[in-house]
Amino acid sequence: MSKLKVSVWRSAGSGAQEYFDVPRKENQTILDVVTYIQRNLDPTLSYRYACRVGMCGSCAMSVNGKARWTCRTHVDKVCDSDALDLRPLENFPVVKDLVCDMQTFFDKQKKAGGAFLGAHTREDSVALIKPDSSGRMAVDEAIECIGCGVCYASCDVVKWKPDYLGPAALNRTWTLVKDERDTRRLDRLRAVSGDAGCHSCHSQMSCTQRCPKLLSPTHSISGLKREVSRAALKGEL
Amino acid sequence: MSPRHSAFLWLAQRVSALVLAFCVLVHLITMIIVVQGGLTAAEILARTQGSIPWLLFYSLFVIAVAIHAPIGLRHIAREHLKLGSGVEVIVSLFGLLLLILGSRAIWGVFS
Ligand code: SF4
Ligand code: SF4
Ligand code: FES
Repeated sequence: MSKLKVSVWRSAGSGAQEYFDVPRKENQTILDVVTYIQRNLDPTLSYRYACRVGMCGSCAMSVNGKARWTCRTHVDKVCDSDALDLRPLENFPVVKDLVCDMQTFFDKQKKAGGAFLGAHTREDSVALIKPDSSGRMAVDEAIECIGCGVCYASCDVVKWKPDYLGPAALNRTWTLVKDERDTRRLDRLRAVSGDAGCHSCHSQMSCTQRCPKLLSPTHSISGLKREVSRAALKGEL
Repeated sequence: MSPRHSAFLWLAQRVSALVLAFCVLVHLITMIIVVQGGLTAAEILARTQGSIPWLLFYSLFVIAVAIHAPIGLRHIAREHLKLGSGVEVIVSLFGLLLLILGSRAIWGVFS
């Protein structure tokens, strides 16, 4: 059976790559590889996962230089040779080994106005949103975000401007700006307008290229730019 | 910078980009046509001197450049030079410089 030569980032001391030989198997995912190392070769290796089926967004890492969800990335898809290079996601502080700190990433979702606030109370009936209404259609993809951070790790503007809210937070706000139940539209537009917000996006689509859910944060951000401009021209901002 | 101010800066850059796309096209097509028979200062001046349409066209061109370039530079400075609030003053002065140099050039070929 062929072996994979896996280089894994270890954070001890000033940090370094450590090499492991892992048996290559059919239908093996990157998460399988990391789990093999942790269970059989070095139990001190830290990494993060939960659902293993592409729903929780906790398992992303940098795989051969690109951010990916590891539970649904097959080794065969990313490995032409037998070499695999695993590192924690870029643009995130590292907690240990392959585990990065998502605090700032989620704080930015709050900062961008990512918490829903409707007008209904629990006594009211459930709002009926027509599936073919324009607002609902505009966010049909964007609401599927699992918060994995792959887009954030792939965005150059996040790297250059640590304050930049980033693709996931702006994508989240877009879903609320188009939500007809929402009551905070203008506050959200104000929160995303500016150097830390949608106006810093270069629209070069690294986020969209890498998003494992095949969403387009770039498209959501362009939508925000349009909505912000309209509001500014109407004197609402 | 206020959300409103940011929104207008962004709009100004987009609108000036549209104007520039048009102006650059006209400029390039004019150049390609007029160099066919060789290029001389006298020929250029014959076209532009006293011509109100060319005066208006190049004024629009210069104004669009003076709006568009500083806003772009502002982004570059903030991203790569990590310049903070001082950058507004620097790029505004740069825009003014473009406006002055551009106006001078236009006047040179018009008068
Ligand atoms: S937009 Fe895509 S890449 Fe970004 S956090 Fe959501 S699912 Fe992950
Ligand atoms: S399109 Fe915008 S948000 Fe996406 S990677 Fe590029 S700069 Fe970042
Ligand atoms: S472990 Fe949940 S998305 Fe990968």
